[in-house]
Amino acid sequence: MADQTEVIRDRVRAAFESDTPLCIEGGGTKRFLGRAPAGEPLKVGEHRGVVNHAPSELVLTVRAGTPVADTQAALAEHGQWLAFDPPRHEEASTIGGVVACALSGPARPWTGAVRDFVLGTRIVNGRGDVLSFGGEVMKNVAGYDVSRLMAGALGTLGVLLEVSFRLLPRPAWDRTRVLELTAGEAIRRLTEWARAPLPILGACHDGERLHVRLAGAEASVAEAAERIGGEPGDGSLWESLRDHRHPFFANAEDGPPVWRLSVPAHAPPVDLPGSVLIDWGGAQRWVRSDAPGPELRAAAETAGGHATCFRGGDRDEPFHPLAEGLDDLHARLKCAFDPRRILNPGRLYPDL
Amino acid sequence: MAGTAALALDETARSVRRAEIAAELLTFLPRDSVLTEPEELRPFECDGLSVYRRLPMLAVLPDRVEDVQRIVRAAAGQGVPVVARGAGTGLSGGALPLEDGLLLSLAKFNRILELDPDRRLARVEPGVRNLAISEAADPHGLYYAPDPSSQIACSIGGNVAENSGGLHCLKYGLTVHNVLEVKVVDVAGRLLTLGGEALDTPGYDLLALITGSEGMLGVIVEVTVRLLPKPETARVLLAAFDDLGRAGDAVANVMASGIIPAGLEMMDRPAIRATEDFAHCGYPTDAAAILLCEVDGTEAEATAQVEEVRGVLERSGASEVRVAHDEAERARFWLGRKSAFPAVGRISPDYYCIDGTIPRKRLAEVLQRMRQLSAEYGLDVANVFHAGDGNLHPLILFDANRPGEIERTEEFGGRILEICIEVGGTVTGEHGVGVEKLDQMCVQFPAHELEQFHAIKRAWDPRGLLNPGKAVPTLQRCAEFGAMHVHQGNLPFPELERY
Ligand SMILES: Cc1cc2nc3c(=O)[nH]c(=O)nc-3n(C[C@H](O)[C@H](O)[C@H](O)COP(=O)(O)OP(=O)(O)OC[C@H]3O[C@@H](n4cnc5c(N)ncnc54)[C@H](O)[C@@H]3O)c2cc1C
Repeated sequence: MADQTEVIRDRVRAAFESDTPLCIEGGGTKRFLGRAPAGEPLKVGEHRGVVNHAPSELVLTVRAGTPVADTQAALAEHGQWLAFDPPRHEEASTIGGVVACALSGPARPWTGAVRDFVLGTRIVNGRGDVLSFGGEVMKNVAGYDVSRLMAGALGTLGVLLEVSFRLLPRPAWDRTRVLELTAGEAIRRLTEWARAPLPILGACHDGERLHVRLAGAEASVAEAAERIGGEPGDGSLWESLRDHRHPFFANAEDGPPVWRLSVPAHAPPVDLPGSVLIDWGGAQRWVRSDAPGPELRAAAETAGGHATCFRGGDRDEPFHPLAEGLDDLHARLKCAFDPRRILNPGRLYPDL
Repeated sequence: MAGTAALALDETARSVRRAEIAAELLTFLPRDSVLTEPEELRPFECDGLSVYRRLPMLAVLPDRVEDVQRIVRAAAGQGVPVVARGAGTGLSGGALPLEDGLLLSLAKFNRILELDPDRRLARVEPGVRNLAISEAADPHGLYYAPDPSSQIACSIGGNVAENSGGLHCLKYGLTVHNVLEVKVVDVAGRLLTLGGEALDTPGYDLLALITGSEGMLGVIVEVTVRLLPKPETARVLLAAFDDLGRAGDAVANVMASGIIPAGLEMMDRPAIRATEDFAHCGYPTDAAAILLCEVDGTEAEATAQVEEVRGVLERSGASEVRVAHDEAERARFWLGRKSAFPAVGRISPDYYCIDGTIPRKRLAEVLQRMRQLSAEYGLDVANVFHAGDGNLHPLILFDANRPGEIERTEEFGGRILEICIEVGGTVTGEHGVGVEKLDQMCVQFPAHELEQFHAIKRAWDPRGLLNPGKAVPTLQRCAEFGAMHVHQGNLPFPELERY
């Protein structure tokens, strides 16, 4: 539960002085993600603990090394949750890791992404300055929104020390329905349902069946269940999907690589060799495929999105290439936070 | 201090400059899109914060994205700063022109380019009014959620630049939560696409960064917003309190009860009285404060929530709780809240709207301290605000014609914002820093944070040509203001000149 701010800051300062690249590690559970980690390990997992949980304010501030599992358990006691539903790939997964990688669970299209719930951050930038942005209030437009920028930056702009989140009450009622449908028909129905205010909190097609999670007040969940039809399903699906314990994700290291296609929800099923699991009501398509990267990227682009080689496979270019004009802007932003490129250099893109 | 040190030009030099840049712009723009005469420039001299006024060197009103790119390139080429302007309803002086700058009005960009009910999105030009989007979506049972009180006038481009909120952002989020994609013209005149129709994009979240950036990073030329299905029903409760503190606590209790209301607004007695005289909506004028709480969802959900909220309000000591029984009564309850600003405008020659956010649990205390300051400064305050988010909007009533009153008002406003910082809040919840809150930014942020903001600005705009001098104070200014955080007797950045 120790406050390691000074230790971390001093390490970054020393690295700045000596031009030493650092590899930031929380629980060390996401070494598979992004380009291969390089540099001296900077372990931040010891910097953990809840700094402030004000249940009535719906606000939580935690140190970045705090395990996701602990956080989820503490909030559940108060009937609250981080509504982006952070994945916990392993027990050791930390809040800092989830924010840095911008990982959101199956509820994301309906509740919001990591960045939507981030209210504030404390970071160490690449000069070793400890900086605070945002705070614990719901609305805050003083200065640029650096806190949300940290979500998904993969540690390349700063070492996360603390993150403040907006919390939500957990829905009182939670039911899963299963419908026997093709992927194409599932997407068609989901598109239709999206036009009505239905209490959907998850929608996943596993290749044969569409699973829909309904959550909210008892009466509206019952009403919605009637409307969408199908049979009662197994609610444990959502956690296994969120944490990648679902059989679809098995053997990522030896089997075909796990690709993540982020596309507009209504896009028709992608035609790729391998197996596909549709999550996020169509907006996130997991693909297990040995097809060459360019083929997956082209399919994602045709659908209006982008592709990430999430696990396994080639690690030279796991993330979708940046559009022209955005690449040099990224490089200049990197320089604005980390002029000597010591924070997770090359983890996101070779030049960052 | 992204290189804006250039001294103001004298009138002759300015005329020459104006003629040069106008000549270049007229090679591709029609005559009536380039304004240079003082009487033509007058409409652009201020935004909604009219205590600050200044004529721009010239104003340009393009209606094609390619022209925006060429204008920015031309201005940058001649070193002329560019201030983007939407509808000019901003309340912090963000769109205040620069006397040696080009004012770039996006008002002619008022077309809805696409509205697709199946994809639940609308792609619009930046000058489209906020309300026009919901109106266009309405036939499809959809709407655009963020609804600033200025929604009939303010532009979506301005909303993105300010990350605007509204009455319903408590449940449905701010602008940043409801925008999918933004196209911006950067200072080099390049057209960049940030975000997209997929739920995320590769690389840094530049969409989040541009939102709320007050025209400092790029000119927004297209916005794609997410539309939401309209809730089946909405119900509103009105609760009266004899005591301001109890009303404040009731807000915290409602939020702690496990319900997220669609809106939770508060008005204090001066605001209630002004409103009632103006709008006659049946508010209890003897109450110290009222709360308006809206819940929405399916019929069943809304009914259950009304009962729950009613219970919380009663247990929190409300002297009266009313529930609107039909749409007409609901509209009447809201009418008062929505006409509160003009109503206050009627009882006082001028008012000054402050915009801090605080943790909800400190509401009662902060309102109390505001009362004391009000007595100290001899200036009345009316409060109408987004209580559910802890976003205060004290309206300080003053008369600009009385010598010294503007200065007293500004000082009073500054004190309120400093209280917001002290209790763990922020100097601006939704109106932005603009030119108005530069000094308070020095109080809220230590020098290293400010320097990080400047570094971000330089990454986008190395020469500081987009809306320079707004939103982030220079360290010199903070040193002058005397609010520079000094750590262990050492000034940060000792190498920088101070005066
Ligand atoms: C009566 C009243 C009530 C209000 N209520 C609310 C409220 O409830 N919630 C709220 O959040 N605000 C409110 N506001 C403030 C204001 O309406 C918002 O800030 C609004 O978003 C400003 O939009 P605009 O088009 O008028 O922008 P402007 O005032 O023209 O500009 C605002 C800022 O955005 C920049 N900008 C504008 N357009 C662009 C563009 N296309 N590209 C880049 N930068 C741009 C400008 O440079 C400036 O810095 C209220 C204002 C008034 C007068």
